[in-house]
Amino acid sequence: MSKSATGVAAGAPPTSARRIPLLLAGVALLALCAALSLALGARPVPLSTVADALFGGAQGKEALVVTGLRLPRTVVGLAVGAALGVAGAVAQGITRNPLAAPTTLGINAGAGFAVVVAIYALGLNQPVQYVWFAFAGAAGAMFFALLLARRSGDIEPVRLALGGTVLQLVLLSWTSAVMLASERTLDEARFWLAGSISERPLDVLYPVLPTLVLGLLVALAVTPALNALALGDDSAQALGVPVARIRLAGAVAVVLLAGSAVAVAGPIGFIGLAAPHLVRPLLGGDHRLLVPGCLIAGPLLLLAADVLGRVVIRPSELEVGIVSAFLGAPLLALLARRVAR
Amino acid sequence: MTSEQLAATEHRVPRDDASAPRRNELSTRGLDLRYGDRVIVDGLDLVLPGDAITAIVGPNACGKSTLLRGLTRLLAPAGGSVALDGTDIHRMPARALARRMGLLPQQPVTPEAITVEALVRLGRYPHQRLLSPWSTADQAAVDAALARTGTDVLREQPVDQLSGGQRQRAWIALALAQDTDLLLLDEPTTFLDLRHQLDVLDLVAELHAEAGRTVVMVLHDLGQAARYADHLVVLKDGQLAAAGAPADVLDAELVKSVFDVDCRVIPDPESGTPLVIPRHRPAGRRPPV
Repeated sequence: MSKSATGVAAGAPPTSARRIPLLLAGVALLALCAALSLALGARPVPLSTVADALFGGAQGKEALVVTGLRLPRTVVGLAVGAALGVAGAVAQGITRNPLAAPTTLGINAGAGFAVVVAIYALGLNQPVQYVWFAFAGAAGAMFFALLLARRSGDIEPVRLALGGTVLQLVLLSWTSAVMLASERTLDEARFWLAGSISERPLDVLYPVLPTLVLGLLVALAVTPALNALALGDDSAQALGVPVARIRLAGAVAVVLLAGSAVAVAGPIGFIGLAAPHLVRPLLGGDHRLLVPGCLIAGPLLLLAADVLGRVVIRPSELEVGIVSAFLGAPLLALLARRVAR
Repeated sequence: MTSEQLAATEHRVPRDDASAPRRNELSTRGLDLRYGDRVIVDGLDLVLPGDAITAIVGPNACGKSTLLRGLTRLLAPAGGSVALDGTDIHRMPARALARRMGLLPQQPVTPEAITVEALVRLGRYPHQRLLSPWSTADQAAVDAALARTGTDVLREQPVDQLSGGQRQRAWIALALAQDTDLLLLDEPTTFLDLRHQLDVLDLVAELHAEAGRTVVMVLHDLGQAARYADHLVVLKDGQLAAAGAPADVLDAELVKSVFDVDCRVIPDPESGTPLVIPRHRPAGRRPPV
C-alpha cells in the first residue's frame, strides 16, 4: 500500500537522550581531526608545538607552517565540509532521493565549466580569482536543472535528479573540450578541478561567508517541512506545507551552500552524498537532527580525507577531492545495492 | 444555503478558526478539475454535509480520487470553486486549512525506518511554529490518536515492518493527531482483507459518533458505503449521478446506469441498509468488455 522512500526518513522519538552524547562524540571526533589536520603533513609537527603556535604565539618554522598554511587549510576544510554535508542532506530531502547530492544536481560541473572558461578566456591563474566564476557557474547549473525539473509550478523530484545528472555530463564534456583546446587552461585548471583545500588563504573563504551563513539558515528553517515532505507531496500539502515553496527554498539553500563550497575548494564529490548517509543510521531521519549532524559529519569526512591525502604519499600529497572520491566510490556502490534491494 | 448567500460569503476575508461558523461543510460550485487538457471533473455542484460520514462512490476513473484531491487543494481547479463553510479553500492560508481538514492519501510514502510515534507526531506540523517546542498539547494529541487507533502498543515499531492493517491505522492516527474536524480518506480500505476493512470502517464510524468528526471517504464497496455512510455521492464520468442518504439513492436503476451492472438491491439483513446483489450473468449474456 505505501511505497517506501528508501533512505529518507523523518520524525524523531521523543527522547533525545541517546542523541546528545552522539552529537558530542561527533564534535570530539571532529576536534581530533582538526588537530591532526594542523599537525600532519609533509612536515609533521608535534601537537604541543601546534598548541604553542596557535595560543602561545610561538614563532619559528614549524609554528609558521601551522599558522600560515595548516590553520587556513583546516578552517577552509571545516567550512567547505559543513556546507557540502548540509547541502547533501537538503538535496536528498527536497528530492526524496537518497542519491541526490550537489554533484548529481550539476552544481560541481557547472562551477568547473565556468572556471575553465574563465581561465581560458580571461587568463586567470589564482584560486582567489575563480571564486565568483565558480559560484556563478554552480548557481547557473542548478538554476538550469530546476528549469528542467519544473512542472506546473513545482519541481518534480525525479526530473530534478535526472535533469541534473544529464546536465552534469554535458557540462563535463564541454569542460573537457575547452581544456583540450588550450594547453595553458588544462595546466591551470587541472589542480583546481581535482578539488583541494590546500593553498587556499582565508581570503578565499571570506567572500563566501555571507552565502554560507545564509544557506545554512535557510537549510535549518526548512528542516521541519522536510520531515513532512518525506511523507510524499500529497500528505505534506495536507499538513499545510507549501510544498513548491519549500522545495524552492531548499534548492536555494543547496545552491548557496554547495556553490560557496565549490567556489572555495573546487569540485569535491561524495562528501555531500556520504554525510547524510553516515548520520541517518546514528541519529535517525529527522531533518532537525540530520542537518546539524551533517554540519559535523561533513567537515569530519572532508578533514579525514584531506589528512589521509597528506600522509599516504608523503612528502607529496593527494588532493582531497581525489581521496574523497576514492573512499566515496565504494560507499556509493554499497548504497546502490541497498536502494536496489 | 442559497447560492446568493454562498456568493456573499465567498469573498469574505479568510480568518483563522475561531470566528467563522464551523459546520465543516464542504461545497463545490461549477468545479472543473483537469489533468493537463483532460477533463476529469466537469462543472460539479456538490454539498458534502457537515457532521456526517459521506462516501464517494463510482466506477473506476469516474473522478472520485480526483475530486478528493480538488476538495483538499492538492489539485487547483481549472474552473469553479471549493468552499469550506462558505470560505474558498484556495483563499485560506495553508496551515489554517490544515488545522481544519486532514487527508489520508491513497498511497502515502512511508519514510524508511520511521517509528509509528514519529510518524504520528508529524501530524502536529500545522500546529507548530518554527521555534516553538513540542508542547504537552502536541503530545496529548499524539497519545490520543495512538490510543484511538489502537496503535499505542506499536509506537516504537518501524512503520515499514507493520502489516497492512496496522500501517493503515498508523496513517489514520497521523491524520487524527492533526486534530481536524474534517477528515478525508482516499480509499482507506483498498488492499486490506475483510477483517481489516471492517476495522478501519468501524474506526471511522467511531470517530464520527464519539469524536464528532466529519468524514468524507472514497470507497469501492457499495454495500460498505451504504452501511457506514450517512450521505452517498455517486459519480459517473466526472459528473454527479446521485447524492443523498444511501436508502434514498441506491437502487437497481442507479447501479445499472452508473456501473452498467444488472442487480437487485435488497435490505442488508444485518443493518437494513441497501445491499447490491449483482444478477447472475451466464457466459452468453455478459456485456462485451
